[in-house]
Amino acid sequence: MAKKKFVVGCFDDEAVLFPAVKKVRTAGYKIHDVYTPFAVHGLDHAMGLRETSLHTAGFIYGITGTTTAISCISWIFTKDWPLNIGGKPHFALPAWIPIMFELTVLFAAVGMVLTFCYLCQLAPFVKKHHFHARATDDLFVMAIECTDSTNVDDLRAFLSNNGAVETDFQVAEDGWWIGRYDKDEMPFENKQIVAA
Amino acid sequence: MHLKYESQLREPLVYGDKTYAQVTEDIVRPIEAKPTRLWYVGFYIAVALLMFGVYSVYREVTYGIGQWNLNKTVGWGWDITNFVWWVGIGHAGTLISAILLLFRQGWRTGVNRAAEAMTIFAVMCAGQFPIFHMGRVWMAFFVMPYPNTRGPLWVNFNSPLLWDVFAISTYFTVSLLFWYSGLIPDFATVRDRAFTKLRKRLYGIASFGWTGSTKHWQRHESLSLVLAGLSTPLVLSVHTIVSFDFATSVIPGWHTTIFPPYFVAGAIFSGFAMVQTLMIIVRKVFQMEDYVTIGHIEAMNKVIVLTGSIVGIAYLTELFMGWYSQNKYEGYTFWYSRAYLFSPYGWSYWGMMACNVLSPQIFWFRKMRRNIFVTFFMSIIVNIGMWFERFVIIVTSLYRDYLPSSWSVYYSPTIWEIGFYAGTFGLFFTCFFLFAKYFPVIAIAEIKYVLKTTGEGYKDKMGAIEEQKLEAFVHDHAHAH
Repeated sequence: MAKKKFVVGCFDDEAVLFPAVKKVRTAGYKIHDVYTPFAVHGLDHAMGLRETSLHTAGFIYGITGTTTAISCISWIFTKDWPLNIGGKPHFALPAWIPIMFELTVLFAAVGMVLTFCYLCQLAPFVKKHHFHARATDDLFVMAIECTDSTNVDDLRAFLSNNGAVETDFQVAEDGWWIGRYDKDEMPFENKQIVAA
Repeated sequence: MHLKYESQLREPLVYGDKTYAQVTEDIVRPIEAKPTRLWYVGFYIAVALLMFGVYSVYREVTYGIGQWNLNKTVGWGWDITNFVWWVGIGHAGTLISAILLLFRQGWRTGVNRAAEAMTIFAVMCAGQFPIFHMGRVWMAFFVMPYPNTRGPLWVNFNSPLLWDVFAISTYFTVSLLFWYSGLIPDFATVRDRAFTKLRKRLYGIASFGWTGSTKHWQRHESLSLVLAGLSTPLVLSVHTIVSFDFATSVIPGWHTTIFPPYFVAGAIFSGFAMVQTLMIIVRKVFQMEDYVTIGHIEAMNKVIVLTGSIVGIAYLTELFMGWYSQNKYEGYTFWYSRAYLFSPYGWSYWGMMACNVLSPQIFWFRKMRRNIFVTFFMSIIVNIGMWFERFVIIVTSLYRDYLPSSWSVYYSPTIWEIGFYAGTFGLFFTCFFLFAKYFPVIAIAEIKYVLKTTGEGYKDKMGAIEEQKLEAFVHDHAHAH
């Protein structure tokens, strides 16, 4: 597992964070991530993250549930063991709608949560590097990955000038996750940012 | 940066001039402090009730359903009444967390966590009743459809009782996932400020290693939105299916098409009443009056008066149809067994009418909606009324149906039936006390998200924006992006 070097800047107000994100990106630094205590709307766009396709996965899980329900029930009630219930049709679609619906919701919800945990590398006992303990309290913590050419002192000064209340230099190691080592998990769009 | 503005005409959702750090402090403090004496007293009462319930269930499992006073033709009595009652209570939690999220109602953030917890515990309590009503509870797994060894026999997929199995278990699972995915970031908040090793470790496990990464938040938002979208029809379907247990039968008083909407409205009605009962206690005990404000209580009272009135309309419609259909059995059930005060169970019908239809009308008055004592008292009254409703539906329809020769004797519960019900109260409150002590009872991250638009301290500053001239406003904000 590779060790990487990071310069960390902490902001205490999202109104200061947004312009800082923009400036850091225009200056050509690569933002590893910004850790925030709550979902800051628009920050993903400001950082140039692409949209998540988790909801598409949810849709696919959902129709899997519907298909599972209809295929299982119809096989059971028409092929495997056709029960005569008051002479009613064996293929009783309207009566199956409740279960088809429930399985759709169940598959979609369970599938999405598992996918969410897999993508975000969330599981009990998982240990991760935390850049700042207050990132879950009241600080917005920006971690910038250092390259060979990064001048750490310059970068820290640059962050302070742009409103960071605290800056830091840290070495962090990637954690282990199912089936992947050292892969950069931040899917950035390769878009040039234009200064406003 | 987005302009954060909300009209000053709207009440603040968070009182006091709070910072993000103060929000964390206020909500996490009760977790880090030692439990109060009051907490211990409440917790032990709950555990004692639970023990009594366990003993009642033990007797039922050992000696059989005969421990209960169920008879022919009252085959469903307190057990199914309690089942429907608890499931109904659960509905408010999902309504608050899912439907109000889709409707973008900011006030849900103060109460959604506790309401969702209530949902999960209520569904756990509800599930006990049909399971133990089976009698041979060790065969409860027979309701699951699987290729089995009892001959190639499957469950009946056309039966509403099986739909219930799917609906309730899906509802429980999805509510639990929704609740827990919202808890992960808040557990991380507790973990990161923990000063004891044990707490850091336990909340570290519970928080799944959450860091607060922007990408994770983006996915989290997507997840919550889709789960809310799934839960909304789900919650409506659950009580609809519960109502099908009755509506698809041919018992007079049950065989009606009005049941699904009427049950769903009743469920939300009773659920909100239970949320009120719990939140009024929680905000007082944990000093969270700044987060669960009188505005929150008023908003929930509005839902109560609306759904209570919908339920009232449904009762009147049923009575009307009992006469208008000119069906003798329906007429007898509605106008004698239920609405006639001096019939054997007339008291329960009029108890229901008084609690569910008449008394909530008090909430048309703003003063009453904003009165804590009235609200607390009414929340209990509504839940008593909604219990009566299920009792009325089940027992008055069953004890006298078609053949007078099979009319049953007067049904009243044994101590073990009551004990089972009391035991589920014990289970519910044991869980709720543990939740209130060890979990963040208010969604910390969501409060922080709405803080700068709806916090009292921030709203005061918005007065300046309202007085601004248009040109000045445009000048200030047009370059924000």
